[in-house]
Amino acid sequence: MKLFSFRGGIHPLERKERTRDLPIEVMPMPKRLYVPLQQHIGEPAVAIVSAGEKVRRGQLLGGSAGKVSAPVHSPADGVVVEVTEFASPHPAALPVTTAVIDVDDEQTPWQAPGEDPFTLSGEELARRIREAGIVGMGGATFPSAVKLDQARRHNVDTLIINGGECEPYLTCDDRLMQERGQQMLIGIELMLRCLEASRAVIVVEDNKEAALANLRRLCTNPERIRTVSVPTRYPQGSQKQMMQSVLGREVPAGAHGVELGAIMHNVATAFAVYEALVLGKPLVSRIVTVGGGAVARPANLEVPFGTLVSELLAHCDAAADGDGFGYERLLMGGPMMGQWLPHPEVPIIKGSSGIIALSEEETRVTLPQPCIRCTRCVSVCPSGLLPLELAKRIRKDDFEAAAELGLSDCIACGSCAYVCPSKIPLVQFFHYGKGQLQARRVQSRKLERTAELASAKETRMEAIEREKAEAAAKRKAEQAAKKAAEAAAAATEE
Amino acid sequence: MSQTLISGPHTLASSTVSRTMLWVMVALLPATLWGLYLFGWPAINLFAITLASALLFEAACLYLAGRPVQLTLFDGSALLTAWLLAMSLPPWAPWWVGVLGSFIAIVIGKQVFGGLGHNLFNPAMVARVALLVSFPLQLTSWTAPAPLFADGSPGFIDGLAITFGGLQIDGFSGASLLGEVKTEFTTGKVLSEIMPGGMEYSGPLWGHTYGSLGETSALLILAGGLLLVTIGLINWTIPASMLGSVALLATLMNLVDPEHYPDAGFHLFSGALMLGAFFIATDMVTSPNTWSGQLLFGAGCGALVYVIRTWGGYPEGVAFAVLLMNALTPLIDYYIKPRIYGRDRRGNPLTLDKVEGDHRAKEGQA
Repeated sequence: MKLFSFRGGIHPLERKERTRDLPIEVMPMPKRLYVPLQQHIGEPAVAIVSAGEKVRRGQLLGGSAGKVSAPVHSPADGVVVEVTEFASPHPAALPVTTAVIDVDDEQTPWQAPGEDPFTLSGEELARRIREAGIVGMGGATFPSAVKLDQARRHNVDTLIINGGECEPYLTCDDRLMQERGQQMLIGIELMLRCLEASRAVIVVEDNKEAALANLRRLCTNPERIRTVSVPTRYPQGSQKQMMQSVLGREVPAGAHGVELGAIMHNVATAFAVYEALVLGKPLVSRIVTVGGGAVARPANLEVPFGTLVSELLAHCDAAADGDGFGYERLLMGGPMMGQWLPHPEVPIIKGSSGIIALSEEETRVTLPQPCIRCTRCVSVCPSGLLPLELAKRIRKDDFEAAAELGLSDCIACGSCAYVCPSKIPLVQFFHYGKGQLQARRVQSRKLERTAELASAKETRMEAIEREKAEAAAKRKAEQAAKKAAEAAAAATEE
Repeated sequence: MSQTLISGPHTLASSTVSRTMLWVMVALLPATLWGLYLFGWPAINLFAITLASALLFEAACLYLAGRPVQLTLFDGSALLTAWLLAMSLPPWAPWWVGVLGSFIAIVIGKQVFGGLGHNLFNPAMVARVALLVSFPLQLTSWTAPAPLFADGSPGFIDGLAITFGGLQIDGFSGASLLGEVKTEFTTGKVLSEIMPGGMEYSGPLWGHTYGSLGETSALLILAGGLLLVTIGLINWTIPASMLGSVALLATLMNLVDPEHYPDAGFHLFSGALMLGAFFIATDMVTSPNTWSGQLLFGAGCGALVYVIRTWGGYPEGVAFAVLLMNALTPLIDYYIKPRIYGRDRRGNPLTLDKVEGDHRAKEGQA
């Protein structure tokens, strides 16, 4: 199969060696789970359980709210202690509605659904995927069923399965492809059936030889499901770049991948589809790579959602110094696009592909220096932008100029900031600039609306005035006529 | 731990500004050491005084501007600027040429614009041109190579006297190759009379010739430049297009009239061209953002060098050419930008039909 290339990109230190050969290990069920009702992009799920209620494993905790949303299920048998605000894995540890569950000692096994999922219609499959709370597991956490429905409307013919895992440190997808390839392929078959698409392409970076070999062995009908290897280059796993690698076409600005006849899902999402439709297990756990220089015993752990990050770190013997763990920076996800965590007392959620505790030597944090215009950021930008020029505009608060240079086309992959010799936090600048542009758009819409209302009021007032004036004139005319009539009558009488 | 919200990436490449500067200096080292050896003690004095005074001026400016002196002073940028300036000076120039040059380069050429990264013009070339225009005599007094410890070369004491006391030693001064040929042309001679045996390459290649402190050995400069290209610190674009356009113009004119227009080799291996192509024009701060912009920039530099050398008043034009093209860099950057993903060159979204068409064309080729 002919593959294509994309612009720019970088080769960050992979640092996958420590975990790539470690088999998936099931994390012991914690005593208490903190399951947030917002684990996805879109509206948070609405709680349907309350304090004191007994819950079964897989039981619904919160229902999907609106079109773009996903339900949340209980990862364990237990008792709901409370439904409260609890810190979420976010750079500001924003509190979100969270179901706190005391876990029972005994757990009931999963119950497979009665009928064969391969007898179900595409619509029914999409419905079950939605009900299982499945979201994009690569980190974006967009509800998968919404994506599938959209693709069904566009008659998509190619399903791209993203096994790129281009972020350094992360090996959870690699292990999944090595150990659970067969189940993943069933998930892919079910997705193809749901989409009524003709082929699936599993794209894996060529640094994952064992995973590639395993999948190639398992894909017996390459016309239907084919495994391809692509050169290792970050951000290969980004949707736009991966589509270009497979299709040789760019997704036009403002358009969606489905318009090119293709849709992309992560390997872990395909596995989640298998678990939900074949085993009857909704999305309540995932594989998490725990790594980084500050972790003594790195691992690929299968973790129930709601487990605290601190418990993972303790499980993996992250070096503790005095009052905390001895890391310089704690991350959820990979080091390129992952979230910084201010503290580890936050739960694992559907998008948590990794918990990375970086040592000081790994982050190489230094004070930013002036830009020397070396233009390495321009060479590596996969979006074809001029990061140095964008940052210059944003620094001067000239957001309009930054927008003209294509700020909105930035995918925040961080390639520019990675190579910058001056250590300028370019992505931070771009986030700030995008936020300001958004705020301005909202503000200008508000102003427009106010102006509209004001002018409507003016028209209304004018109309009232006119009516009043007309009424007054009419009354005057009537009075004048009356007087004239009276005068005329008087004259006649005389 | 910092309380500001930190966005990714959370791990960074190992390259730094000072490491970048350091690599350029490493690449300059062979040609520099060779130049210092060839031109002896006066050259060593001039080199040292130019670099030292540059650091002083940089520190003073940073202090006056209220910026962190230590952090910026040792990023290597001031040192590199002075280094390049010293390499472009006549090796036996008096001390004040080096000090004044450093002042112009660091204070006027760089700090007045806002410091590192903000200057429009290459600071070393600003200084060289300002000195050349103001002190034409001192800036065109070339010296024959007088290697350290060789018979007849000035010793340490004589060296100090030359640099600081204005001592003139007979028998060493002469004209550079470019200057000599230019002067001979004005007397009506043709090339076969000026260089009866043809161009003698070993001098300019190895540096045994009249010329600036660090510009005379084209081969060592080329080696340093290729090192920078190999490790990816500079792009091949500017050196290739600059040398290419000089070579092309020289060859064309030489074909038209070989008696009045020297061939490409004469131009490529003499004067400041090699240093200019790999170390001066490639200055990141003052050259364009994109590869195509850099190709245009380099070609412009090369064309101007050839025009100034051939038809201008000065025998050498690298500094002027680079400064003129520096002035065009913002314009080049305004017009030449990379194409944004999913958009056409004008910035409009690709249409789906267009995308389909491209796809078909690609498949047709394949």
